[in-house]
Amino acid sequence: MTLTLGHFLSLGAILFALSIIGIFLNRKNLIVLLMAIELMLLAVNMNFVAFSHFLGDIHGQVFVFFILTVAAAESAIGLAILVLLFRNRSSINVDELNTLKG
Amino acid sequence: MDVKTGFFYFFAAVLLFASFRVITARNPVYAALFLVLAFFQASAIWLLLKAEFLAIALVLVYVGAVMVLFLFVVMMLDINTDSLRQNFWRHFPLAAGVGVLIALEMSAVLISGFRISEEPKLPGAASQVAQQVSNTRELGKLIYTQYVYSLSVAAAILLVAMIAAIALTLRQRKDSKHIDAADQVRVRARDRMEVVKLAPTLPYAKDDAGSAVGAATGTEKQP
Repeated sequence: MTLTLGHFLSLGAILFALSIIGIFLNRKNLIVLLMAIELMLLAVNMNFVAFSHFLGDIHGQVFVFFILTVAAAESAIGLAILVLLFRNRSSINVDELNTLKG
Repeated sequence: MDVKTGFFYFFAAVLLFASFRVITARNPVYAALFLVLAFFQASAIWLLLKAEFLAIALVLVYVGAVMVLFLFVVMMLDINTDSLRQNFWRHFPLAAGVGVLIALEMSAVLISGFRISEEPKLPGAASQVAQQVSNTRELGKLIYTQYVYSLSVAAAILLVAMIAAIALTLRQRKDSKHIDAADQVRVRARDRMEVVKLAPTLPYAKDDAGSAVGAATGTEKQP
C-alpha cells in the first residue's frame, strides 16, 4: 500500500475539521482562537504541498511560501492587538469585547 | 506497506493528537507547546513530500518565531482560565457534527478522486531536471524570477506588519522624567537666553524734578 494524494488531502481535511471544532470550543479564549487559525493555515498548506508533489508542479510550494509570510504577519499583528486589548480591558474573553455593540 | 507509509501514518497520528490537545488544553501554555509539536510533525510530513525548503522554513519561521511570540504573550498576560472555560463543552455536539461532516465529505471526495500514487511522469526533460536540482534551488529560481514582484510585496507586508506591531504596543510612561536627547541636540542659544534691548536710562530733567518718581517709571520702556 503506497501513499496516494488522497492520504495527504484527507490528513489536511481532518486537520481543518479539528481546528474548526477548536474554534467552536474555545469561543471565549482569544489566544487559542489564534492558534486554531494557525492550525487551519497549516492544513491548507498541507494540501498545497501535497498537490505540488504529486502533480510535479513547484508553483504550489511558492504559494505555500507566501502563505507562510502572510500568516507570520497576521499572527504578529493579532498578538499585538491582543496585548493592547488585555492592557485596556484586563481580559481576553471574547464575550466581554462588546464595546461596539450598540 | 513500505517504510514511507509507516512514517506517514506515525507522523499523521502524532499531528492529529497534538492538534487535538491544542484545542482542548486547559492551560494556554500547553496549547502553545502542543502547537509546536504539531508544526514539527507537519514539517516531517513535508519532508516525506520532498519539500525540504518549506519544511525547514516551517520549523524556523513558526517554531522559531511565531510560537515563541505566542509563548511570550501567553506568559505576559495574566489570564483567568476558569472563566474562559465556562460552558466549554456546551457546543461540542454541534462542533463535532460540523467537523465530522467536513472531514467525511472532503475525505470521500478526495479518496475516490485523487489516486495519484507515484511520481508523475512529466513530459519531456522537465522532470529529470527537477530530480537533479535540489528543491531549494528550484524554488529560489522560481521566486527570484517569475515571482519577484510577489516577493517584494511579501517583504513589504512583513515590514508593515513589523511597524504596525511595534506602533500598537509601544507605550511611553507618563510618570518618568526622561530627557529627550533629540530636543537637547536641536536646541539653539536663542531658545535658552534672550537679549532684551532696553532704552538707556536718561538723566532727570532739571525742570520737572518734582515728578521724578513718575518719570523714572515712565522712561523704562520696552523696545
